[in-house]
Amino acid sequence: MEMLRFATAGSVDDGKSTLIGRLLYDTKTIFEDQFEAVEKASVQMGAEYTNLALLTDGLRAEREQGITIDVAYRYFATPRRKFIIADTPGHIQYTRNMVTGASTADLAIVLIDARKGVLEQSKRHAFLASLLRIPHLVLAVNKMDLVDYDQERFEEVRNEFRDFAAKLNIADLAFIPVSALHGDNIVDRSASMAWYQGPSLLHHLEEVHIASDRNLIDARFPVQYVIRPQSGEYHDYRGYAGTVAGGVFRTGDEVTVLPSGFSSTVKSIETFDGRVDEAFSPMAVAIRINDEIDISRGDMIVRPNNQPTVAQDIDAMVCWMNERISLRPGSKLVIKHTTRSTKVIVRDLSYLLDINTLHRDEGAAQLSLNEIGRVQLRSQAPLFFDEYRRNRQTGSFVLIDEATNVTAGAGMILGPAS
Amino acid sequence: MGTAGSCRVEWAVLLAAMSFDLTHLRQLEAESIHIFREVAAEFENPCLLFSGGKDSIVMLHIAQKAFWPARLPFAVMHVDTGHNFPEVLEFRDRRVAELGARLVVACVQEAIDSGMATEETGPRASRNRLQTAVLLDAIERHRFDALFGGARRDEEKARAKERVFSFRDEFGQWDPKSQRPELWNLYNGRILMGEHIRVFPISNYTELDVWQYIKDEQIEIPSVYFAHRREVFERDSMLLATGPCIALMDGEEPFVERVRYRTVGDMSCTGAVESSADTIDKIIEEVAATRITERGATRADDKVSEAAMEDRKKEGYF
Repeated sequence: MEMLRFATAGSVDDGKSTLIGRLLYDTKTIFEDQFEAVEKASVQMGAEYTNLALLTDGLRAEREQGITIDVAYRYFATPRRKFIIADTPGHIQYTRNMVTGASTADLAIVLIDARKGVLEQSKRHAFLASLLRIPHLVLAVNKMDLVDYDQERFEEVRNEFRDFAAKLNIADLAFIPVSALHGDNIVDRSASMAWYQGPSLLHHLEEVHIASDRNLIDARFPVQYVIRPQSGEYHDYRGYAGTVAGGVFRTGDEVTVLPSGFSSTVKSIETFDGRVDEAFSPMAVAIRINDEIDISRGDMIVRPNNQPTVAQDIDAMVCWMNERISLRPGSKLVIKHTTRSTKVIVRDLSYLLDINTLHRDEGAAQLSLNEIGRVQLRSQAPLFFDEYRRNRQTGSFVLIDEATNVTAGAGMILGPAS
Repeated sequence: MGTAGSCRVEWAVLLAAMSFDLTHLRQLEAESIHIFREVAAEFENPCLLFSGGKDSIVMLHIAQKAFWPARLPFAVMHVDTGHNFPEVLEFRDRRVAELGARLVVACVQEAIDSGMATEETGPRASRNRLQTAVLLDAIERHRFDALFGGARRDEEKARAKERVFSFRDEFGQWDPKSQRPELWNLYNGRILMGEHIRVFPISNYTELDVWQYIKDEQIEIPSVYFAHRREVFERDSMLLATGPCIALMDGEEPFVERVRYRTVGDMSCTGAVESSADTIDKIIEEVAATRITERGATRADDKVSEAAMEDRKKEGYF
């Protein structure tokens, strides 16, 4: 069975929680005791109907305030696929949570209320999905029941969104008219919208082709940990453990180790279950090589004819996630990139991006909570990276504040800075 | 020619992509192995919390895979409430010996005897809360800086929001409102002295994933998970085993039933379910068809209130 991770962004008003509740309910993922708890809570809150949103709002503060604060992960499966939903709040003040949920998603669902059309919020969600390079985007035009399942209205919304989306980098965009409340086009095709010839939402989630989304070209192996049993039959064993971050490694391959630049060949690729001939993303394996070279955590094993950029100056889009401190030129932080951690200094902030209008403010002096901007960083030790759009593993990083140890920012690499 | 050529290219891409597929269980396992290795590389003194339940058994199994052929680079700790299934204790000791791992047992009974903790009384007495104090005390005494737990996000809604690397302050407390953002597979394990991180390597497994993984990997589990005959009584629509650690209340009549456990914890508050599933395949069938969550069906400790788990987690519970 395959696995698909998708993110949903939206607020209660868009019917996001109802949509998720519907997917879980119709795929029989919601259990009786969970449903009873939600029914009980709905009655206590004086709701007229069972509020499926309560299924997803897990924290006491969220239930009390009727809002989603944090990313929640939900699970369901059909015979074809296992699904992991990163359910994120849609309001601008939770941009960091949306970015978090989007970072691992293969697909994003952006919800639009058919009556309201494309709002600022929907544009923002689509922009964040494209910034985080989610390969597949679904625009679910919801509440079709409230516009009499009107084909013309659906097409108006679709065309409006399409015009906007042309400005973004979206590889695959699908439009589905739905009513989450009544279940139209969620699991089964709707009888009320015979004019719609496409798949239901669930059918689309089951069928969308994700196998070629991974980078199987650029071989990248960030060394995580060195396995040295130092005992008995494994006395001289030395395995470089890690998760393949791109490309394919095979026994006998010629490899180069960064930063030393030494070359050798792959002796074997090992797992607990035995040796394997090849390893690809996201397999977690141990690579043994034929020559004794000094290799440690933070190093990267690559192919000699296909190497990542090695640089100390990087150009990146950064989403700032901390409310107490801000990012400004001169800020010193810790960067965690693949398995390497080092210090960085912010050299420059080129512009702050208005995520509603995509306007670039080149006069901005700092990035505050939930703001996104283009920055140039200089690291103490060189980093081995690819552009984020080419490889989400070797092109991403987080920034940590050294005084408080909190994760204060997340970045997507555009390339080396000049 | 042009059409045929591009068609061939597409097929080549498709075939290549197909051969590089991993099943969902392999992907989940790879993610867990990655998490174990991150912790082993970045922390001074991690420890794996082992209860003898299926989730911690799966977690231990994956840990073994992550570091093979080396031994586990950390200790294994059991918080022993003193109300254990004997089958589970026997299993724990055997498994730890097989792995050559170091076992640390933190005893609730010892804490009670030494006066560090006071036991609840009455027929509904539970050592659940005492576990938290004993756990935090052991973390402090052994100076553990990272603790692996077998919690899954599908278990309970507070857990659905918890990070894989979950920060605990110097009092061992969880603050759900100020969790560290967690993106891609980059985990932030930086802490100050006295703080620690709870790490949940199998966060993304569901109950069904765990059972399918147990089957695929042929992992041994304690016998109490399979249908067996046991003397039980009914309380709060759950079946609890009779035994020295639990007193019957008026109207509670013991009877013998064919049951199995869906979760394994403290005997006094873990319920059994009526079942005839005596093989892994039958258990998977039963779990796939069931309409009640495992905690709802079998955990008295979660029935206290809507936010029972959130409240206990804030105080430092597993």
